[in-house]
This record gives sequence, C-alpha cells and structure tokens, in this order.
Amino acid sequence: MNMRTLLDKLLGSADWGIHPDDRKRPAADAPIRVMPAPDRLYLPLSQHSGAPARPVVLVGQKVKKGQCLAEAQGMVSAPVHASTSGTVVAISEVTAPHPSGLTMPAIVLEPDGLDEWIALQGCDDPFALSPAELNKKVAAAGVVGMGGGTFPSAVKLTGANRAGIHTVIINGGECEPYLSCDDVLMRTQAAGVVDGVRLIVYASGAKQALIGIEDNKPEAIAAMQAAAAGFAEVRVCPVPARFPMGFDKQMVKTLTGIEVPADGRSFDAGVLVNNVGTALAVSQAVREGRPLVSRLVTVSGACVSAPGNVDVPLGALAQDVLAFVGGLKGDGIGLARRVIGGPMMGSQVQHWRVPVMKGVSGILALDREEARDEEAHDCIRCGSCVEACPMGLLPLDMAAHIRKEALGEAVDLGLKDCIACGCCAYVCPSSIPLVQHFTYAKNELSARDRATLRMESTKKLAQAREARLAEEAREKAEAAAKRKAERAAAAAAAAAKTAASAEASPQGEPT
Amino acid sequence: MSAVSTSRPVASPHAHAGKTVAGTMMRVELALVPATLFAFWLYGWPSFLVWALTLLSCVGFEALCLRLKGDPRPSRALKDHSALLTGWLLALTLPPWSPWWVPVVGGFLAIVIGKQVFGGLGQNVFNPAMVARVALLVSFPLPLTTWVLPGAQASLPAPGFTESLFIVLGVTGIPDAMASASPLGYAKTELSRGIDLLHSLTSGHAPAAAAWHGIRTGSLGESSAALLLAGGLYLLATRIIAWHIPLAVLAGLAIPAAIGHSVDPAHYLDPASHILSGAAILGAFFIATDYVTSPTTPLGKLLFGLGIGLLTWIIRTWGGYPEGMAFAVLFMNALTPMLDRAFKPRILGRQRNGKPLDVPAAKEA
Repeated sequence: MNMRTLLDKLLGSADWGIHPDDRKRPAADAPIRVMPAPDRLYLPLSQHSGAPARPVVLVGQKVKKGQCLAEAQGMVSAPVHASTSGTVVAISEVTAPHPSGLTMPAIVLEPDGLDEWIALQGCDDPFALSPAELNKKVAAAGVVGMGGGTFPSAVKLTGANRAGIHTVIINGGECEPYLSCDDVLMRTQAAGVVDGVRLIVYASGAKQALIGIEDNKPEAIAAMQAAAAGFAEVRVCPVPARFPMGFDKQMVKTLTGIEVPADGRSFDAGVLVNNVGTALAVSQAVREGRPLVSRLVTVSGACVSAPGNVDVPLGALAQDVLAFVGGLKGDGIGLARRVIGGPMMGSQVQHWRVPVMKGVSGILALDREEARDEEAHDCIRCGSCVEACPMGLLPLDMAAHIRKEALGEAVDLGLKDCIACGCCAYVCPSSIPLVQHFTYAKNELSARDRATLRMESTKKLAQAREARLAEEAREKAEAAAKRKAERAAAAAAAAAKTAASAEASPQGEPT
Repeated sequence: MSAVSTSRPVASPHAHAGKTVAGTMMRVELALVPATLFAFWLYGWPSFLVWALTLLSCVGFEALCLRLKGDPRPSRALKDHSALLTGWLLALTLPPWSPWWVPVVGGFLAIVIGKQVFGGLGQNVFNPAMVARVALLVSFPLPLTTWVLPGAQASLPAPGFTESLFIVLGVTGIPDAMASASPLGYAKTELSRGIDLLHSLTSGHAPAAAAWHGIRTGSLGESSAALLLAGGLYLLATRIIAWHIPLAVLAGLAIPAAIGHSVDPAHYLDPASHILSGAAILGAFFIATDYVTSPTTPLGKLLFGLGIGLLTWIIRTWGGYPEGMAFAVLFMNALTPMLDRAFKPRILGRQRNGKPLDVPAAKEA
C-alpha cells in the first residue's frame, strides 16, 4: 500500500482531476427564492434509479400536497408525491431531461393554488426507533440520492446496515462548476443537514460521519462546523477543491485513504456515501414526516438574467423555473446550450419543457463562450487527458480504438472504469469530444451484449423447440409402434383363436 | 469510418478549459524566442536567413501536402502552428551559416517524409525535425558540420544583410577565419588524435565555461544554455510539458557521465560539460518532449527520457559523431508505442496488472 502510494505520488497519478473555473458566484450568494407551483406540474414516475413507481391515483382525483401519487414497486424503487394540492388531469408523457429528447410517463397535476398539505406525521425522538423503522419512514417519503445518483436512500441504508459499515461519508463536495445548491443548503440549513447526517449514521449502523466540503465554500464549512459542534460522531472535513471530488470513490479516498476496489461498492470498504441534500431530506422525512416534494435548483449560466438558487416544486418545467427567475437575457439571444445538471456531467436538452425531478441540481443556459462549440481537430497526443483522468485511464488511446470500432481494445484499456466525468474532454486542446466516444462505446457494447443475450435465448428456444418436436415425433412413433404391436398381437391372438377353433372343429361340427 | 458522431457532440462536458493546439504550439515558440534572438545576435544575418528559410520551407511543404491530400480546409490545419514549430526546431539544429538548400531539403524531409507520409499531424512515429536533421547529417556531412565562430569571437566583422544573402545562397563561401569546430566535436577530434581531455580542454575550449552565456561555436539551438533553460522552465511552469521527460533526459546523460568522469577524467567529459553543450538542453526540454512522438504515461515518459540521455552519452562517448541527441531521440521514438503499452498508469481501484484491488480489511478509520 505504501509502495503504491509512493509510486502514485511520483508518477503523478495522485494528481488527478482538473481545477475548472468554478463560476459559482454570484448564484451562490443570491438569496434563495421559493417558487410557487406553476400552471401544470409533470411528475415523472421514474425520478429514481430502479423500477418506475406505480400510479395509485385516478385522473380527475383531487390530491393534497404530500399525498402519495405513485407507490414504489419492486426491490429498488421510490414513491412519488404531489408537490402541491390540486387535480390529477392526466397520466401521460413528458420529455425526459436527456439529450435524446425521448419522453417518459408522468402524472400531470393541475394545482389549485391552495398548496394544502396532508396531515404530516412527525416523530419527536427518532433515535428511539429501530433502524428498520427509521428506514421505513425514509422509504415512505420517497427520498433518493439528491446528488444526481437518485438511488433510493432507504434501500441504500438497509444495504449499508446489512454490510456492516463503519463510516458514513457525507458529500458536500459539489465539485461541478456553477452549481451551488448544496453550498446554499449547508449555509442556510446546516442544523437540518447535521441532524440528517446523525440519522443516517444511526440507520446505517455506522460509528462516525465525515462531511467532506470543498475548500472553496468557506461559509458552508463554517456553518456546518458550528452545527456539528457537540456531536462527537460528526466531523466536518474541508477537502481541496478539485473536479471530480464529488465522485464517491474520489471522496472516500480523500477522506479515509481507502481505495474502493474496481469491482466493489463503497459498502465493501466499510463506507456509505450520501449527499448533503439527501441528509436534509432524511431529516425532514423522519422528523416531520415530510415527503420529498421540492428541491433546491441552481439556475445559472451567462444567459440567465438573475442567477441564483430556487426552491422548486418537483415536476415544474425548466421553462417555468426560468420564467420565475426573470427569464433569459434578451429572450435567449446568444443561448448556445441548454443543460440540465452541471456543465461537466449534465445533459444537454433541446428545449426547456423538461421537468425538474429529484436528481436535478441545475438548470444552465450557457452562451457560446461558455459552451465553446469547437470543431474537433486531430489528436496531438499531448497527454493532457491522461494527466487529468481521475481514474488513471488513457482516454486518447481508448478514443483511437473506438474510432476504429475496436471496442474490445478500448475495454482492455479500462473503458468500463470510465466514470464519464468529462475531465479529458475539458482539457483537450484539440476539442475532441472524448466522453461522446466513451458513451457511444459503452452503449454500443451493452447493445451488443443485449443482442448476444437475445440471440442466445432465441437459439435456446429454437433448440428447445427442436428437442420438443423430436420428442413428439419419437412419442408419436412409439405410440404408432405400440398400436401396431397391439394390433399385431390382437391379430395374432385372433388368428390363434381361429386356428384353435379350426383345430377343434374337425372334431365338432364340419365347416 | 466510425459510427461515433463527433461533428455535433451531445455528450457532456459543456465547458472547456480553453486550451487549443495552436495556443500550445505558440507557447513553445514563445519559449524559444530568447534563445533564438540571442543566436541571431551571435551569428548574424546568415543565421536569421537560415531560420526564416527553414520555417518557410516547412510551412510551404505542409500546405502542399494538405492540398495534395485534399484537405477541405488547409488553412485551418496550417493555423495550428505545428509545421511552423517543426521548422523552428529544425532551424535550431542547423549550422547557422548553412547554404540555402539545406533548410529547403530539411523542410521537405521533416514535413513530407517525417510527418505527412505517416498521415499528418499526430500520426508520425518519429520526431519530424530530428528525421530531417539526421537525414541531412548523414547525406550531407560537410555542410552540416561547418560551424562558424560566434561574432564576438570572430576576427572578421559580421557580414551585412546583402553579404549574408550571398553566403546563404552559396555565392560566396564561408571565410576560413570564421570556421571552427563545435566544443564536442573538438573534444572528440582531439581524443581521436590521442590527446586526452585533460590537455585538450585547457586551451580555452572547455565546453562548460562558455556554456551558460553561450558565446561559442555550434548550431542556433546550442548557443545559450541559460536562455534555453529559461524557456524550458517556462514550459514547465505553464504546464505545457511535464517534468518527467526533461529531468529523465538530463539524468540519463549526467549519471553515466559522472560515473565515467570519476573513473577516468582523461577520457570522459564531466557531466556539466555534457549537459551544457550540444543539444542537451534543447533536446531535453523542446525535442524529446514533442507530444506526438513521446509516451503519454508518466512511467513511459521517465523511461523514454532516461533512454535518450543514456543513448546520447553513449553516442557522444563511443560513437562516430560528436553529438548523439538526434539519433537517441529517433531511437526512443521507435520505442514509444511499446512504452505506452507496457507502462500504463494504475487504474483507480485496480492493481498495476489491471486486477481489482482486494477488499480492504474493515478498519476503524
């Protein structure tokens, strides 16, 4: 281990990642604006990883804020709640925040403007509950990973508890440029976040929590340190600002020195990673019984007239959020790219009619200078991408193989370890869209895997059919043979009988 | 043709550091400016003409190749400064008073043979400037080893512009009083005559003495070690190049030199002379670090550099040529794909051999 660390240091692998211009201000310093429900809310059934939720309301039904609209189904899933009171007007489709522009099923809610809550059932002393009971409350509130992973939190907590972890890592890194919703959350609701952290520690069976916050957020560090004072198990740890610090493997290694194996999860190393937004949602779910119906979203980019953080009811369309903050400068003149999420890993979308979901942390309207739509040049093998890659891969060689459709070679170079963080493409002087290459290759490989599976199952079916037909033919033949044998036996018996009677007849009546 | 669509990428990231190929190349050129200007001052107008002619030749042949290749936008490719930089580096390795056809043929060798036949920018295996330099040296040894005394040491007045033009065009020859041997060449010749270094280097030819200010005989890029080093440090500071290759080249040269010198100072030059003379500094910081032809992995870079340093020392000490940097670079260029393949960085969560790490024993952090 020490030898490895030394080698890593010497060879620069310890010097991973990039230091992008963070562009977090002025949005980070603007006061939070609370957005009222717009004319329509589109609540997708798949706001989490895992199986989509199953609707439990009917079209035309009146619902209150916080009422369950769709329940979790399957092992990994999360329910969806009404983010305001109103009427369910349809269960239809809405454009997903994805570059493909494909749609996804969603419950459409028409707010009545009253914003009337259902009766919430809080809990005064959650530490008196068992971890399982606590988890049930988290699950019922539909809490998922708010950092963008959107994995159902209760499933994660149960798994961590079962795996026997020792440390909870709370990710307050927020290493994506522009985004400041976690920063603002920690500055303004530090007590709630710390309470959630303690609940997560309790529910997961861990012994301590380390809250990693990048050192470019001094206000958040101060607020969290003040809130965590007095809780021995919670420690706030400033970490260097560097992208992608917010990835769990990088954050775990920075805070604990533990390197999670490539084929393992952080559980295996005894750690559980959660986002600060998730911690707050857990606290609200347990203390107040409040389901996840809104979240902080950073609205920023050079084209936004008043950047800042907005408390958005889930299901509001990005265009409504933009209209709420005062719209785009000059009605969108100079808008080069619409991004949902952060600039490094977010999705480019074709229009703003996409809903804010549980994992949406940012709405960015970038101008030409920010998005920098450059045509790709030839690779000059400068090695900037190798230096930047936080995983220790060789992006230039992987891309060269992918361009030749040699996906197997790309996999040998570690394509499957690629986390698509975008560091390589960010530093590339030739503006080669490296992540585009890797995403293409990963999709192509999984398509091939699926095709292989399909072919194998078709083959199996065909073989089974052949076997069945052969079996049937054999049975038929056997039955035929049997019948023939029976007939032959019967005939023989009859013949014997005739013969016997014939033999007997000379003595009896004449024939 | 690949199915990856790169013309209008939709994938993240939606931000960029703003680095460009042209910007990077221009930084390298900027780092070469002080040493080049100093060399112009040393060797006068002919050296400027040789420099300009080499650049023109390289850019000209690049444009011609792009046109022949049917590049849809040759002007865009020309603007990346790669041909210009190749020309500049080649010019720095030529004798300052070369006749006109040396830069022209050199440009052809560097761009056409060294780069474009491999498929253009990023595809060549060998450093184009070194391909040209070595091919010229082997084919035309006389003009490639005719050095002149720097202006400050020469007994004749420096030639004016017109006079210089005649020299470069080959109308007038180089005056005998101006011709001289380079320090490494001198040491080698004297050694071969049976005069050991202890005697030959006392008579004002000590390579290390004149090295820092650079007022000595040699090619443009062999003049001032101090200015070249300053340029190299600028490239390191701006992170255009990584420290691995330059350090390894210098170490690969200095360590065997130190051992040899301590064993037998009469036959082995001291490490300081090795590092400060010839193309050592230029090679370590500007030639060996050529992106296209050097490894991209840290460990590969270290071995690549060490190899160049060691080979340079071997060639200088026992080879037929007084200077071996160009040969060493070409040799190690050939090994670059192998080094890249054999010394990949460690993937996070994996051992060096690519197998996943073992699950760490649960410890109380």
